[in-house]
Amino acid sequence: MSRVTRFSARDPGPAARISGFLAHLRENGLRLGVAETDLALSALCQIKATRPEQSRLALRAICTGCKEDVDRFDALFDSFWLNGGRVKRKIAPTSGISAKNHVHSSRSAQGEARSGGGEATSPDAGSGRSEAGGQGKLIATEVTNLMKKDLRDLVQPADIKAAEQVARRLGAALRDRRSRRRRAARKGDRLHFRKVIRQSLASGGEPFQLPLKHRPDRSRKIAAICDVSGSMSVYAQVFLAFLAGLMRADPTADAYLFHTRLVRITDALRDKDALRALARMSLMADGFAGGSKIGGSLGQFADSYAKRFVDGRTVVLILSDGYDTDAPEVLSAALARLKKRGCKVIWLNPLKGWQEYEATARGMAAALPHLDLFKAANTLDDLAALEPELVRI
Amino acid sequence: MAWTDLQSDMATQGYVASDDLAVALHLALTLGRPMLLEGAAGVGKTEVARVLAAVQDTRLLRLQCYEGLDAAQAIYEWNYQRQLLSIRAAAEHGETGSSVEARIFSEDFLLERPLLAAIRQEKPPVLLIDEIDRADEEFEAYLLEILADYQITIPELGTIKAVTQPIVVLTSNGTRDLSDALRRRCLYTYVDYPDRPTELAILAARCPEIEMELAAQVIGFVQNIRKEELEKTPGIAETLDFAAALMGLGVADLTADPAVLQASLTTLLKTQSDQANITTEVAQRIAGRAA
Repeated sequence: MSRVTRFSARDPGPAARISGFLAHLRENGLRLGVAETDLALSALCQIKATRPEQSRLALRAICTGCKEDVDRFDALFDSFWLNGGRVKRKIAPTSGISAKNHVHSSRSAQGEARSGGGEATSPDAGSGRSEAGGQGKLIATEVTNLMKKDLRDLVQPADIKAAEQVARRLGAALRDRRSRRRRAARKGDRLHFRKVIRQSLASGGEPFQLPLKHRPDRSRKIAAICDVSGSMSVYAQVFLAFLAGLMRADPTADAYLFHTRLVRITDALRDKDALRALARMSLMADGFAGGSKIGGSLGQFADSYAKRFVDGRTVVLILSDGYDTDAPEVLSAALARLKKRGCKVIWLNPLKGWQEYEATARGMAAALPHLDLFKAANTLDDLAALEPELVRI
Repeated sequence: MAWTDLQSDMATQGYVASDDLAVALHLALTLGRPMLLEGAAGVGKTEVARVLAAVQDTRLLRLQCYEGLDAAQAIYEWNYQRQLLSIRAAAEHGETGSSVEARIFSEDFLLERPLLAAIRQEKPPVLLIDEIDRADEEFEAYLLEILADYQITIPELGTIKAVTQPIVVLTSNGTRDLSDALRRRCLYTYVDYPDRPTELAILAARCPEIEMELAAQVIGFVQNIRKEELEKTPGIAETLDFAAALMGLGVADLTADPAVLQASLTTLLKTQSDQANITTEVAQRIAGRAA
């Protein structure tokens, strides 16, 4: 029985051990309350608690609440009850805090990583840093960069998760356009009085059937186009995470990348596995961080994909800095063609607001008359802050 | 009753439960807690409730959740048309307002929906709340209240307390994250695709007339095809269909006829791209490995 943890002589009994174990789980990030301790004790009375395997199954059913917990539970169970394969040491689970000193450092790190999931939202948040990183690349380059850059280095799954939340909110802000007029519907929030009166005639003026009406959704699609040219590479992390999040949050959204040419990445980003999605996207975006042809790429979009996917209920979201190697007229013409399809065009520019910016980007000046909204955004927080503006579009 | 008894009882009903699941169900029954089952589609989550009802020899009440499910569909509804008729009849008899009102808001005019029905049974029924993740968050909150106290408040009638406490089984496919409050209230088990011996036992239980040799091949094939990159991984129901299809076609050996195997794959692969990905060559390779 050397596998089983030997508790110290001061150990007050099984109840204290169980509460010690739950404290140990809590330390490792499982969300458990006092009620679970109680439940765990009564559960152990229902099975043969002296058999480690049965206790493991019973405690697992009670202490876990999702797949991730289940995956981690066995290791946590072993480390507490079965010595975790380490040298025997005495454990006296007298107080809840005691769990701290017999937790493997690697496991507690796991717990840290878990709780830290929400923090990874501000990749290039330090404006000073991105400024320093960006200055060398401010001028658009015409060379196609053939060196493949792996997007997986840039974007972490945690970022995607955070971005998914923002994307979901923004998507909802753009999409949830309720019509003002109500229509007859099987399930509605109000009575359809005209129908009530009409149908009551059949039953001698008695309103027997109560037809309802509701406000139908006039949903909007989002088509996001992201610039991944060299001058944008500092911001790519945020925007790509945003795109990945958008794709996962909104089944009707559409996503494209461009540098010197345009690639549709919708299908790649829809991959159920977030990391594999990025891997597929990397393959498509060879030449990532190369030159930028905004006008050409948008023209290509207006002539090809836009004909299939863009209509009056679409919002085209352009994420670019506007440093273009094409002539400004090309961009202007492309946007004009796009606008003719009746869509709204939003341009989010990470560099807007820079002092020397206005003068340098002629392309941007040419684009301005065609835009419904032109805003600065270079972090996820900025994107999130756009929500109220998007509602008004 | 120990959990192994429950496991063997379920086996006699044709459900091969893993130790995980059996212990969790046993605890759910003895502690009176709801049971939350999560897992991919087609691993037999819904079946658990059906078999549990058979083992306990009680009714199964099923509430299929969907987007927009509301209290009227899940809990109770007043029978409006009947109330109206009653008012008309009362008017002709010259009945007074207050007595009519008392009558039309009585239990006779109440339409029971699964949740209300579940707490008013004489013998504790199995209440299956299927695909809870599809329902809205508001409904989840309402459900929490019912699962906590097993009582339902109807403004016109007062609070209806549970006669017996139903055995609640919730299933979820993970299309939406459930709230922590709901997860905490339930015992949790993640139902995974079964391993080879378990799946073989399931096939033997459900399809007893199958030859052992073919059964082993079928399970080997399915286990291997799950490792391929598929959009929709086949579940146990698909395995059973596949075995039935092969037997119907009179196949004794999986590798014998590539064309027949390919044809019967329609029972396993349910999307166009999956069918395109598993070509005859791939299927033959997998069948060769399985044999």
